[in-house]
Amino acid sequence: MKVVNEVNWMIGGPQGTGVDSSANLFSQACASAGLWVFGKREYHSNIKGKHSYFQVRVSDKPIHSHVDDVHILATFEDSTARLHAHEVVKGGALIYDPTKITLDDLNLKSGVITLPIDFNSVIRHVAEVTGMEYGTLSLMKNTIAVAASMALLRMDISNMEETLARMYTGRKAKLVAPNVAASKKAYEAVDALPDEMHDQFPYHLEPQKNTPKRLLINGAQANSLGKLKAGCRYQTYYPISPATDESNFLESHPEYGIAVVQCEDEIAAIDMALGAATTGVRASTATSGPGFCLMAEGLGWGGMNEVPIVLFDYQRGGPSTGLPTRHEQGDLMFAAFGGHGEYPRLVMAPATINDHFHLAFESFNYADKFQTPVIILNDKFLTHSLETISPFKENSLVIDRGRLATQPELEAAIADGKGFPRFRPDPKTVLSPRPYPGQEGSPYWMTGDEHDDYGHITENPENRRKMHEKRMAKYRLMLEQIPEDRQFSFHGDPNADITLVCWGSTFGALEDALPLLKERGINANFLHLRMLNPFPISAEKFLRKAKKLVMVENNWGTQLGHLIRMSTGIFIPAQIVKYTGRPMSLNEILDSVEKIHKKQVAPEMDPLTGQSIEKVVLTYGL
Amino acid sequence: MVSKLQTPLTVTAYKSDVHNDWCPGCGDFGILQAIQQSCAELALPPWETMVFAGIGCSGKVFNYMASHGVHTLHGRVLPFAVGAKIANPDLEVVAVGGDGDGYGIGAGHFVHAGRRNVDMAYIVMTNEVYGLTKGQASPTLGRGQQTKSLPLPNTNDAIQPLALALSSGYTWIGRSYAFDGRHLKEMIKKAIEHKGMALLDVLQPCPTFNDLHTAEWFNKKVKVEGETNMVSRIFNVNEVGHDGSVKDPTNLDEVTDKQKKAFEMAHHHGERIPVGVFYEIKLPTYTERMQAQAPMLKKYSPARIPYEDASHLPTTDLSKTYEEFLF
Ligand SMILES: Cc1ncc(C[n+]2csc(CCOP(=O)(O)OP(=O)(O)O)c2C)c(N)n1
Ligand code: SF4
Ligand SMILES: [Mg+2]
Repeated sequence: MKVVNEVNWMIGGPQGTGVDSSANLFSQACASAGLWVFGKREYHSNIKGKHSYFQVRVSDKPIHSHVDDVHILATFEDSTARLHAHEVVKGGALIYDPTKITLDDLNLKSGVITLPIDFNSVIRHVAEVTGMEYGTLSLMKNTIAVAASMALLRMDISNMEETLARMYTGRKAKLVAPNVAASKKAYEAVDALPDEMHDQFPYHLEPQKNTPKRLLINGAQANSLGKLKAGCRYQTYYPISPATDESNFLESHPEYGIAVVQCEDEIAAIDMALGAATTGVRASTATSGPGFCLMAEGLGWGGMNEVPIVLFDYQRGGPSTGLPTRHEQGDLMFAAFGGHGEYPRLVMAPATINDHFHLAFESFNYADKFQTPVIILNDKFLTHSLETISPFKENSLVIDRGRLATQPELEAAIADGKGFPRFRPDPKTVLSPRPYPGQEGSPYWMTGDEHDDYGHITENPENRRKMHEKRMAKYRLMLEQIPEDRQFSFHGDPNADITLVCWGSTFGALEDALPLLKERGINANFLHLRMLNPFPISAEKFLRKAKKLVMVENNWGTQLGHLIRMSTGIFIPAQIVKYTGRPMSLNEILDSVEKIHKKQVAPEMDPLTGQSIEKVVLTYGL
Repeated sequence: MVSKLQTPLTVTAYKSDVHNDWCPGCGDFGILQAIQQSCAELALPPWETMVFAGIGCSGKVFNYMASHGVHTLHGRVLPFAVGAKIANPDLEVVAVGGDGDGYGIGAGHFVHAGRRNVDMAYIVMTNEVYGLTKGQASPTLGRGQQTKSLPLPNTNDAIQPLALALSSGYTWIGRSYAFDGRHLKEMIKKAIEHKGMALLDVLQPCPTFNDLHTAEWFNKKVKVEGETNMVSRIFNVNEVGHDGSVKDPTNLDEVTDKQKKAFEMAHHHGERIPVGVFYEIKLPTYTERMQAQAPMLKKYSPARIPYEDASHLPTTDLSKTYEEFLF
């Protein structure tokens, strides 16, 4: 059976040996051929040596998730082959180095095609032809693995040179020629194998004609572009995985004039961004769990002083240093409630890589509109996942700076001589006008202490009540003013038997799962909450209507499940969770939903609620 | 560029009408007064001036100024102030705070502010105690000393802020005394006018909790070796031949020499206390360093880069960057 345009390709190797570049190369080659790509990256918190791998799923239809079955495993050393050989499906192929591995040592399924390549001899050949030193070419093993895979997939490598030239620029440009030579050599070698061999391998990738250009982009990049588009011109950070990529990206684009400041710690990062925001610049900071914890005090100050600021928390496995380079959706509760006292904060999470752009853009509007901190919960999975998407739709984007001070208001403040009443609640809209330092008539005071209309400290109980209520009223404004389709989305047959409930990056797997569940005879739909705090209460109707609710979350205790219970009283006992630090794959979703549907999950007691729950704990993935 | 008023305002224009609740006799009064006078004499537009303050008795300065006043978080005045100045270098940014705030909980920020050389002044009110939390030892109180609220003598050694500032890269370092109004005002003006990160450490009597180093103590004449007459405790180093100002920043011999002398002066032992300008050098500011990397910032400050049109449509053109990703 020939399988056209659907393949899951995996490459692995020790960190620092170019696994990422080869996955990029392969993805770019597929994207250039008009195919859709979804790539997932896994790596250790280590610089050199530990095992890392990249899975690239390719299809002629849009895809938004990764799968577990591997169709080609490309390896050039022993550990990847040993660790992943069992994942290759029957009819799939293993590319390996016979000088490094004996096939008998591998846990291969029967019917897997094995393709030995002597990587070193290819490199030696190229070294001879180009006159370059062997040692400088060792990373070319990746290119060789990619080219061999492409030959196996019956892809054309005529645009390989172009792709390599795009990848290796500047000081690395000299690597283009040897890589081209190596890819040709490897491609020809595989191509020349007998037809019988090729006929056994059913997976083919055919270029798609006349497809529009697409972006091949990861979450961190999409997020950064959304921020630039929104006019964010001040970014602070302290290095931390997986958040750093965003700041790096922004810093490598000085043409936009964005000030990217590497701070001494995350306390400085949030406070510097707040200080910057007081001048009127759109400011943000990006961090991950440990740094997010350090920012709690500063965020409260932002809430108290009604400062528009956006914090991007790139979630990773916690608590503490946790799993520094692995995925988790574990910061929801902290984002919604972390910190002392009460202040309004908007918490949202992007659904897809495309949504990273849009939510990053919107978040600055929300911060300005509600004059309060906005927390965006990104995560490791999509941060480092590579996807082909249609170019961002920019035509509906509008900048909303919220309630700024008007000239008459500034003049009134000058005449009044008492300062600008920056915090005086508007009887109708609640919010107060915001002047910028530099505008005549602008001076007012800011303090984390309770304060009056001008920002003067006061402990007067009536004033406290007025100001506290003013700030907390922003939760109501958020519910009223953020369009419903930005708060949550509902997908699938409204009358389905199962309603999956999720947030953040599990969106893609659920989106891909619905039609496949149907093939398995399961009619499911799903509710994705994009806004998480305040709780988007108009989504409650979907929860009430559902026949059977199932929480899907990358954490242990279904944090969103608890928020739902808190806000609606609805308790959701059926739960699909994963906390191995690895994201949920499409296969896992399909199998676990089926298990719940067929009532194959044994009930257990939930220690947090004392309730009986049906919990499926997913574990797949290295 | 920070602008100046054509017609300077009087000191009152920099005073808010907020009731001042410092203890009678507190050195902070002298410092506040000198800050307000400096602003007036430098003709700073109050609406373009931002005074950031830490948390402590000293932090209340923010509320007594009629410029923008920002009361930040304990120990965090520098990140807030630095953030504002980088975002909009056209604003005059002044940071003030206590010695606990700046040299204790905020010590990390103190060090790194030096490395950045942001163009602003940082005025620290050094009273050797945590005033607002009722008199615990601050990082400038010497070992073995026991101020009023301490149950036992202090077990820690004092840090030497001026030496720390020197090691951290501050490009203007000075000290003054809260009740020497004239010197203090001149020093504040110099710190503000200096292009780069300036630290002005101000000795500040806290009559309520620091019963060791009171205004009387500071004013007392002391006996020093080799002098027949009693001399004032506080002496101005610039009046006794110390010139800490580096003339040629590229001359490393001169730089090292001036740093050595400033370091020695900062560690001055004995009965007398040096004030004055300890060290001064002209180096590129953070904004200048950023401008060198991002030419756009020569034209606009980050806070003023246009990114929307009159109908609020975003104007940032990403097409060049999209090309990196288009296939
Ligand atoms: C994070 C945090 N910890 C502790 C405090 C309590 N606190 C308020 S002021 C202060 C000390 C102030 O001392 P200093 O900075 O020397 O200022 P002074 O009152 O002496 O002017 C402390 C510890 C706080 N506000 N925030
Ligand atoms: S406690 Fe000390 S520092 Fe605080 S106001 Fe009173 S005298 Fe001034
Ligand atoms: Mg103090």
